[in-house]
Amino acid sequence: MLAKRIIPCLDIKNGQTVKGVQFQNLREAGDPVSLAAAYAEQGADELVFLDITATQENRRTMVSLVKQISAVLNIPFTVGGGIQSVAEVGDLLQAGADKVSVNSAAFKRPELISELAQAFGSQCVVLAVDARPDPEWQVYLKGGTQPTGRDLLSWVKESVDRGAGEILFTSMAHDGTKNGFALEMTRQLSEAVPVPIIASGGAGQVSHFVSAFTEGMADAALAASVFHFGEISIPSLKQQLHNYGIPVRL
Amino acid sequence: MNKTVVIKYPAGNIQSVLHALDRLGTSAVWTDDPKEIRSASRVIFPGVGEASTAMAYLRHSGLDEVILGLQQPVLGICLGLQLFCRHSAENDTACLGIFDVPVLKFEAKGLYKVPHMGWNTLEATHGPLFHGIPPESYVYFVHSYYAVRSEYTSATTPYTLPFSAALQRENFFAVQFHPEKSGKIGQQILHNFLNIK
Repeated sequence: MLAKRIIPCLDIKNGQTVKGVQFQNLREAGDPVSLAAAYAEQGADELVFLDITATQENRRTMVSLVKQISAVLNIPFTVGGGIQSVAEVGDLLQAGADKVSVNSAAFKRPELISELAQAFGSQCVVLAVDARPDPEWQVYLKGGTQPTGRDLLSWVKESVDRGAGEILFTSMAHDGTKNGFALEMTRQLSEAVPVPIIASGGAGQVSHFVSAFTEGMADAALAASVFHFGEISIPSLKQQLHNYGIPVRL
Repeated sequence: MNKTVVIKYPAGNIQSVLHALDRLGTSAVWTDDPKEIRSASRVIFPGVGEASTAMAYLRHSGLDEVILGLQQPVLGICLGLQLFCRHSAENDTACLGIFDVPVLKFEAKGLYKVPHMGWNTLEATHGPLFHGIPPESYVYFVHSYYAVRSEYTSATTPYTLPFSAALQRENFFAVQFHPEKSGKIGQQILHNFLNIK
């Protein structure tokens, strides 16, 4: 049976891992290569690396980091942050990334999704989308600071029509709160599109993951600080999910 | 002489396979030179990509004949497995025919999404690739097409229906999942392949 996935997310700034609370006040959480290896050892199903300060020169740093990660990691990983072109994605995949996630650049030029799906296949194109209920759910850009007025569901549907193979949905209203995931919207997305949904934003305790997979119908759940600071250990999280009857890889 | 060759052709994410072999202490040669491939003690044929483009390349380069003539243990991975079959529904492509089975596309229905992506279980495993692999072990899949079950099936995985997670015929082995991305279980399966006599 297909397992529900647990995905630690590592925000990368200048080659180091950081995690912001509500995307503000970044604090240091460690070296990405050793963290990646530790997470694989603990039973993480997949990892996401987000280059949160992506610039042209940082991109080269990221490609070399991806090479180092790929050499040690025996599970799949996704790289995102500031990706704008087919050429950049080619470099990241060549360096060993399994998937890339696109966000703002795809929103501003949706053809990017089609081009990436055509060049590399939908299976490696993740659409990352940040949104907030105002009270209607709308898409935000720039780390959740810039409202776009675009309805979340319609953008997610368009991205899938264009070839996105997976959706990484972060609720900016939940991110950093540790009060649980945006269950209702996650479920709506999961029912609306035929590709996997990764729920993100709000993980604080084990029960939040349980409801993300049951009520939220998510295919995967992503979190950062609860894992980085050891508040939830992955082996115990997966054991408890298993006890709830949720299929996980133990 | 003990040489492992990974066949070089335009298919994604070869690097991960080379890294996984490195972690097992095997420094493989990545080449498209027929002489090197034929003289290897074992051959790996990886691949992520689209069937018709890959087959056209194999035919044009003559690598199709090289692969068909191999006598040593050969392991096809992911698209590699599909290309070893008779025919793929992906752009109606005639493939190598090592396994006389068709490759079909999954139908998305309800909670079954396509591509089949993520960790799923191996069932009914047998043969040398699966020595020491506990029943119901999880491995990592990313694919939209699958080989139907047949007499060559050496492991199945359930997804909308049980399909061939692995195939074997004589010296030809193939896995639909990515052992290089399947944690310790995947490492053990690669190790088993590297130790087939």
